[in-house]
Amino acid sequence: MTEPLVQVEDLTVHFPVKSNVLESLWRATQRQPAPIVHAVDGISFTVDRGEILGLVGESGCGKTTTGRAVIRLLKPTGGRIRFEGADITNLEERELRPLRPRMQIVFQDPHAALNPTMTIGQSIQDPLLIHRQASEVEAKDATLAAMEEVGLAPAPDLFDKYPADLSGGQKQRAVIARAMILRPSLIVADEPVAMLDMSIRAKILELMLDLRKKHGLSYILITHDLATAKFMCDRIAIMYLGRIVEVGPAEAIYRDPKHPYTRALIAAIPVPEPGRARVSTLPRGEVPDAVHPPAGCRFHPRCPAVLPTCGWEGRDFIEHLEQALLDPSRASPAAKALGPVERWSADGRSAWRDPLDLDATRANALAKEVLGAAPAALAGAVQEAKVEDDRLHIVFRVPDPLPAKDVDGRVVECLLY
Amino acid sequence: MSETVLSAQNLRVHYHTRRGPVKAVDGVTFDLNEGETLGVVGETGCGKSTLAKVTLGLLPPRTEVSGSLKLRGKELLEISPAEYRHLRGEELALIFQDPMTRLDPLMSIREHFVETLRAHDKKLSKAEASERAIDILRSMGIPESRIDDFPHEFSGGMRQRIMIAMAIVLRPKLLVADEPTTALDVIVEAQILDILRDLRRAYSMSLILITHNLGIVAQVCDRTAVMYAGRLAELGSVADVFRRPIHPYTQGLLASTIHLDTRELRSIDGLPPSLLDPPTGCRFHPRCPHAKDICTREEPPMVEYRPGHFAACHFGADFL
Repeated sequence: MTEPLVQVEDLTVHFPVKSNVLESLWRATQRQPAPIVHAVDGISFTVDRGEILGLVGESGCGKTTTGRAVIRLLKPTGGRIRFEGADITNLEERELRPLRPRMQIVFQDPHAALNPTMTIGQSIQDPLLIHRQASEVEAKDATLAAMEEVGLAPAPDLFDKYPADLSGGQKQRAVIARAMILRPSLIVADEPVAMLDMSIRAKILELMLDLRKKHGLSYILITHDLATAKFMCDRIAIMYLGRIVEVGPAEAIYRDPKHPYTRALIAAIPVPEPGRARVSTLPRGEVPDAVHPPAGCRFHPRCPAVLPTCGWEGRDFIEHLEQALLDPSRASPAAKALGPVERWSADGRSAWRDPLDLDATRANALAKEVLGAAPAALAGAVQEAKVEDDRLHIVFRVPDPLPAKDVDGRVVECLLY
Repeated sequence: MSETVLSAQNLRVHYHTRRGPVKAVDGVTFDLNEGETLGVVGETGCGKSTLAKVTLGLLPPRTEVSGSLKLRGKELLEISPAEYRHLRGEELALIFQDPMTRLDPLMSIREHFVETLRAHDKKLSKAEASERAIDILRSMGIPESRIDDFPHEFSGGMRQRIMIAMAIVLRPKLLVADEPTTALDVIVEAQILDILRDLRRAYSMSLILITHNLGIVAQVCDRTAVMYAGRLAELGSVADVFRRPIHPYTQGLLASTIHLDTRELRSIDGLPPSLLDPPTGCRFHPRCPHAKDICTREEPPMVEYRPGHFAACHFGADFL
């Protein structure tokens, strides 16, 4: 068994949240920790030689951060990254430079990825000159060959053209030629066709597949488009809020998605076939903020298959109350008596109402009634609802541990299995 | 027979640029009925957004517009800016692609609604305007407690819900949505499309949905207009256009769309033409696999090949 080209173990990338001096001072007096964005929060995967791994998910799921960390355009907060057998997790920029030719990136926006004041030829040959791998004459020959290879023909004419003279598709070809010219073993392609028109996307994807066949390249393909990922990738990692919720062979994941989030993503794609209506119900709401990710399974507040053990928190109760109060004409008297939501606070697994202007027996009865009308998984997760210190407290149970499990040939992070 | 809400006859919009006129819309004819959703599809630079702008009267000055564009019989190309201001909101409304850049970052959501509503009814009190804002926002799933929040405090999907709420608060008869979900993720996109579908049913509103995503058209629209280089290539019911496309461009566009059942990648050779100097004859001929001599010389007329199914191709009959 040969070693994978890339091995990522328990990768974590956190970013500090920008805040001003006053905010920092205030936090210091309150002994609050500085807020951080949990962009990538403990993920593991491998990429084999010649393989295409898709990182798929919605915006803010951490797929771009993962791609950048793998080729060390970012410094990871924790975990380990091995590339071609070497640990590159903590290398300095100077130590990374000899490895850079082997790991390249193709960005989403070809209009922004090319320097407008350099000709196409200069842009493509620049990496060769920077890494001192060729003389100027050799570099020009190699560039013309690379341009022919990616379909920028006639290469000698296009060599002296500026990015502004090229179409979007041609620019993306130039960006790919620039990434290819140092003969990398890994290319991170971050939404390589998202900015291109439908009628030319296929050409760029075909080019990427051809180059892989010819040069035995590996790709990490970052995309939000599940259809493109299905066509291109050998294996797929579905990401949600900094975690990989499901990873495995593309074919298996599309044939029979296991994680409720994967199912929701696949079901939400509009199909270009009239009369074929979407069947499933959509997850509620949107991806929450990565500064305070939900406890337990991060998808639990939106999950259609959620269990009482998935990680319910105080804020989930407040969210439920807010939904129950959305339309006052339909809200139950009990919900109205416990509202408005501005009176509620939450911390971790508990939520409390402050101040308590109801008597204890009535507060308990109201809480019971509101929970009785709540979704079963939320109601079932309540450990206790009690009046204490003149506050009504709702406390949720501790979530079950959420290990990654092997399910039918892929790894899934979900308590259903 | 339901009433025609919008009717375009040989509509042309030419932008003036230093390099000459850009023929963004160049002879477009279609009707839109009450309660109907028309999907306008095409690639970058085909003129589909210009169609939205001309309908809302939002073109830059010195743009040359000709032909006819009637809203319930009233010629839109001749009315004064003041009249247009009244129509916008009450008769027509537009939803943009990126709600963040269309909401004022320094105004709360309440202020947005109060300003909009009082621009159309000066006698309306702030309290009454707020009441209407709360009602319409609630129907979009946004709780009353958020009404004094600012645009940056909302997620992308919530902002688009706010934009839709503002567009429909005066109950316009025609809503134009220009790539309303392009900036959103797939699950939120599906949520917004559900909202648009429900609205149409609830208020019998007509909708022009401009998009590059054929999947959205197939799922949401009744009819579709395929645009290429400023002209309509094909117009018909969604079922006809998707299942039995006539124009080679429509065929190519459908074949090159990557979806979950894609087994083989297809694309259309060549590039969309420049609107400064579009090709003679059929504008698609340089990229068309079926092009013959006549296609380079004569502009093909829109022909009704099936009831309600039009295409502009000299050889349309061959593709039936």
